[in-house]
Amino acid sequence: MSFLSVRNVSKYYGPVAAVDSFGLDVEKGEFISLLGPSGCGKTTTLQMVAGLVRPSAGTIMMGERDITHLPPPQRELGVVFQSYALFPHMTVAENVSFGLEMRKVAKAERDRRVKDILALVHLLALADRYPREMSGGQRQRVAIARALVINPPVLLLDEPLSNLDAQLREEMQFELRRIQQVVGITTIMVTHDQSEALSISDRVVVMEQGRITQVDTPYELYERPRNPFISSFVGKSNFLAATAEHHAGGATISIGNTGITFQANDRPKGKHVSVFIRPEKLRLTAPSEGQIEGTVTSRYFMGNQWLVSAKTPAGTLSVAVQNFGAPPPPIGEKVGLVWRNDDCRVLAAGAAE
Amino acid sequence: MSASVSAARPRMVVPSLLSAPATLFFIGLVLLPLALTVILSFNSYDYTAGIQSDLTVSNYLTVLQDEYYYSTFWRTLRLALITTVIAVVIGVPEAYILSNMRKPWRSIFLLVIIGPLLVSVVVRTFGWSMLLGKNGFVNGALAAVGIEPVQLLYTETAIVIGLAHIMLPFMVIPVWTVLQKLDPTVEAAALTLGASRFTALRRIVFPQAALGILSGSLIVFALSASSFAIPGLLGGRRLKMAATLVYDEFLIELNWPLGATIAIIVLLANLVIMLAYNRLIEQQAKRKLG
Ligand SMILES: Nc1ncnc2c1ncn2[C@@H]1O[C@H](COP(=O)(O)OP(=O)(O)OP(=O)(O)O)[C@@H](O)[C@H]1O
Ligand SMILES: [Mg+2]
Repeated sequence: MSFLSVRNVSKYYGPVAAVDSFGLDVEKGEFISLLGPSGCGKTTTLQMVAGLVRPSAGTIMMGERDITHLPPPQRELGVVFQSYALFPHMTVAENVSFGLEMRKVAKAERDRRVKDILALVHLLALADRYPREMSGGQRQRVAIARALVINPPVLLLDEPLSNLDAQLREEMQFELRRIQQVVGITTIMVTHDQSEALSISDRVVVMEQGRITQVDTPYELYERPRNPFISSFVGKSNFLAATAEHHAGGATISIGNTGITFQANDRPKGKHVSVFIRPEKLRLTAPSEGQIEGTVTSRYFMGNQWLVSAKTPAGTLSVAVQNFGAPPPPIGEKVGLVWRNDDCRVLAAGAAE
Repeated sequence: MSASVSAARPRMVVPSLLSAPATLFFIGLVLLPLALTVILSFNSYDYTAGIQSDLTVSNYLTVLQDEYYYSTFWRTLRLALITTVIAVVIGVPEAYILSNMRKPWRSIFLLVIIGPLLVSVVVRTFGWSMLLGKNGFVNGALAAVGIEPVQLLYTETAIVIGLAHIMLPFMVIPVWTVLQKLDPTVEAAALTLGASRFTALRRIVFPQAALGILSGSLIVFALSASSFAIPGLLGGRRLKMAATLVYDEFLIELNWPLGATIAIIVLLANLVIMLAYNRLIEQQAKRKLG
């Protein structure tokens, strides 16, 4: 029996399903990320778990207990709202202390815990400010502190780090992960930052238009996305049109216009398929040495790497080149591209990009 | 120097011209009568010779030394305060319920709340006097369950009931306007932190509506303290409030200077109370809510 179990939960607004048959079992202490494009139903899902939105169908179980219709105060969850939802008429310290007051924690201990948690989010100096006197990122950290201070068994975070600068965000990701592991808080975090989802979660849930399309560990998700949408939403991808010859052991894939063929382990349906390969799995070589030849059409510098696009008979391919040694060839130059066929994934041709 | 003056002049002319109609209106209809009332209050009155054009403070001395006027002022203050408290206690939850209603019902109930304003005060007050009278509906209902009839009409209770009824929309509307603008997830956040619905209301929702409650109670207090038709009809000849007292001095005693004196004293007292209240609450609320 898993710790938190969301079973076939749906939410309809009129005839439209904001969330459609969402099912997920979460183990105790697990860190789950909900990843998906804007409007796909992440917030709605989280709010149904929090008890703030009533599901149209389905059940939510906490251990053996059915909490589908339990009012929010009795669920003992820590929630960080996408809009922060701070109490505007209370100072930072009063905001953070509110949940402890509701739990009838004694004044001295309350003050101590508020102080500790504010130190953790670097806001001790602003304890007496009102929310409207603070920046977006500072408010967001108050919201995180307010949810963490009550030591909830389950933490629901709706884009908790969206407003922080890169450095603070990394630090907060690390802190969230640390607290979550030390205390063993089961966490569900909504994000549309794929790198954040990959770096701190145990499992990532990808949603599209109210439905779950894949649930996997970050590595599996990145390496084996289930459809073209996921592969381009999680990281960058190259797509090549190809045809598949199915036979007993697998399929022979021929990439269009190139004469390149290889044996695939995947068995996508149909004859027309997409071959997808990550930019970092391609390498540039001299024109004659590659599997395929192309011309550089653009070259972007990203700091730790270059992103080079080359026009080839199979289509335009992006190549990530480590910033190591000399810069890659300039625009207009002929190059060769190499890859390992094992790094290619074959997906049924669908709405690729 | 002169250049700057002539440059400043055209900039002054247009705004003064534009505001002239309103200014004249204000001077003619508010300041002038007020000034005349102030002057009148310093004239003396003789029952045989009428109003004298002398200047004396004897009217003020008369009012301030007479127990009778004090008791009327005190009653005015007390009833206005009670009405304000009742309007807050009923009106604020009413506004909250209203703001949580769904689509068709909200407009329907808003209309029900504003409805009384569409009927003349006099008509509504007569309605109350029929309900509260000796053989009225209330006593009829009491008699039906075997309780002795009670004297309601021509008591302070009747005045407060009538005032609270009329004043409710003036409390509900400003509070409702503020509640409409609140972020509903803030209340939700309090619930997830373990607050009951009632605690969330008391600690989170109503404090945010403080400025709406403040303006509502100022309006209700001012209108109650200066109300005329309701104390006149529901309080009878004996139970007077400030406005009915002034009316009597002017039209029954014909002692205009004394009526003017009472009017000025009530005006000043009202002004002082409202400014003090406003300062007290608004400063706190301003700091918190910005
Ligand atoms: N109260 C509501 N009434 C009608 N439709 C709603 C309501 N709340 C949400 N929706 C719709 O449900 C869908 C899912 O909304 P939700 O807020 O869960 O998206 P999200 O995944 O959190 O998006 P974002 O990343 O932009 O925050 C959206 O299409 C939205 O328009
Ligand atoms: Mg959202």
